[in-house]
Amino acid sequence: MTDLTNNPSSADSADYGEDTVWVQEVAFIDSVPRWIAMTFVFLVFIGTWQVATSFGFVSPIILPTPLETLQDMIFVGKNLATGGYMLTSLWITVLEVLYGFALAIAIGFTLGVLVGETAFGEKAVMPYLVAIDTMPKVAFAPLFVAWLGFGIESKVALAAFIATFPIVVGTAAGLHAADENARMLFKTMGATRMQTLIKMKLPTGLPQIFTGLKIGAVGVMAGAITGEFLGGGKGFGELIRVAASQLNTPRVFSLILYLSFVGLALYLVVQFAQRKIVFWHKERVGSHDG
Amino acid sequence: MSTALAYTETGAPLGAPVYELNRVSKTYARNLVVALEDVDLTLRHGSFTSVIGSSGCGKSTLLKIMAGLIPPSQGRVVLQGEPVTGPRRDIGMMFQQATLFPWKTAVENILLPIEIRDGKAAAKAALPRANKLLDIVGLKGFENVYPNELSGGMAQRASICRMLITEPAVLLLDEPFSALDELSRDMMNMELQRICREQDATAFLVTHSIQEAVILSDEIVVMKPRPGRVAEIVKVDLPRPRTLEMMTTPKFGEIVEYIRGQLDKGEDM
Repeated sequence: MTDLTNNPSSADSADYGEDTVWVQEVAFIDSVPRWIAMTFVFLVFIGTWQVATSFGFVSPIILPTPLETLQDMIFVGKNLATGGYMLTSLWITVLEVLYGFALAIAIGFTLGVLVGETAFGEKAVMPYLVAIDTMPKVAFAPLFVAWLGFGIESKVALAAFIATFPIVVGTAAGLHAADENARMLFKTMGATRMQTLIKMKLPTGLPQIFTGLKIGAVGVMAGAITGEFLGGGKGFGELIRVAASQLNTPRVFSLILYLSFVGLALYLVVQFAQRKIVFWHKERVGSHDG
Repeated sequence: MSTALAYTETGAPLGAPVYELNRVSKTYARNLVVALEDVDLTLRHGSFTSVIGSSGCGKSTLLKIMAGLIPPSQGRVVLQGEPVTGPRRDIGMMFQQATLFPWKTAVENILLPIEIRDGKAAAKAALPRANKLLDIVGLKGFENVYPNELSGGMAQRASICRMLITEPAVLLLDEPFSALDELSRDMMNMELQRICREQDATAFLVTHSIQEAVILSDEIVVMKPRPGRVAEIVKVDLPRPRTLEMMTTPKFGEIVEYIRGQLDKGEDM
């Protein structure tokens, strides 16, 4: 198209008149690098926060100033870096999250294959999974505490319980992702059901499985902290609960921020694994995924 | 079974029967639709046969029965003297989509039928043959390229190799190039003709395009719907090898017109 309108041939130009070169408008935001746009939003957020707190619109007990939060973050950071009691707490929470995620993957993947691959699973098991999934899973926390005690086990259980369902759904959806042609092709090659599952359906479904894992990675964090809120223990959630009960809001804020780093790290690990394993799907992975 | 080939004066092969269908019918139990009724068909060694017909004429059902993917309700399907009762390695199949798997390189995709049937070691042993096939279809140097980086035509070339890797006795082609643009399609059809002759293959093509059927085939099976049945088998006596230039000859035009007339006749809707 452009070659036709921008033909630079000078000999012919007299016949065609002047070149119809024109400037196509580009939206301003498209010319701004992502990091600048992000910094802008961050500064607006901090600025609003600062104004709201320093002019007394909000009580300092409810909302600390950004500076107080930063000071507390430094304090917590020092405690973590020097191996203080907070590091022990953080480690407990990290363990809960890791065990919970591993358990969720094992159970979620197994159930996902059962539901996605077998007619029995789809007919007889799936309805129950959907029913349980619609329940507010956090409400099970007291039960887990009653069954497993106040230690790490009850938190691992709740974390796994919450994270399992997205993995089941992702795996089951992934197993249905292969198209008719691929199925027929494997049939013509005389593939067994196991070969079809392992060599075709599972690899085809990996993008969906990883989507489930990512949602699960977020859920497992929420599960562990909720478990700590409701079931005690010595984790980071307990520190938050204690700080909140003392109206130490800067501490609550900084603890949440450190916790979010853990969550982000887990998410990034999953995303990294996805980019390595599902390398052929990379163009649709990442922040533009939506 | 003799593999010696005889040719008519126009160059059409007169080989021994490879594939025989006798009174093959298919009724789908679910809605009692008669998809195929009493189809008799013989594919001779080295011949190229096309089946053409409007949608619903049962050509897909016919192809699936021939491939051993679904059983016929009645009738007899025999390939190389053996009844077809399921998928077989002497049947090669190709679909409208290339269906290459994106996590495997071109050559790994081509070796997949061997890997499935005989395991990874056998697939590795067949590597030289896969490379030779890639060479034949003009994909030399693309062995280790992933399908994402192949164009539609290149992907279909690779899927031709995958079909040929098990050295099938018959090639079942389900509109293999209909997703390509017309220029690529013509080119791929000529490639297909060349490969079929080089490999001495017996081919069976399902297509919507009369031109494509005429330029490639020795015989064209014209099918009609409700119930799906063979209306006529048209012999194409254009000389071999066929060229794209033949598509402009009066003879080509006559055959196309004749088949179009046969197809229109059945359309009383």
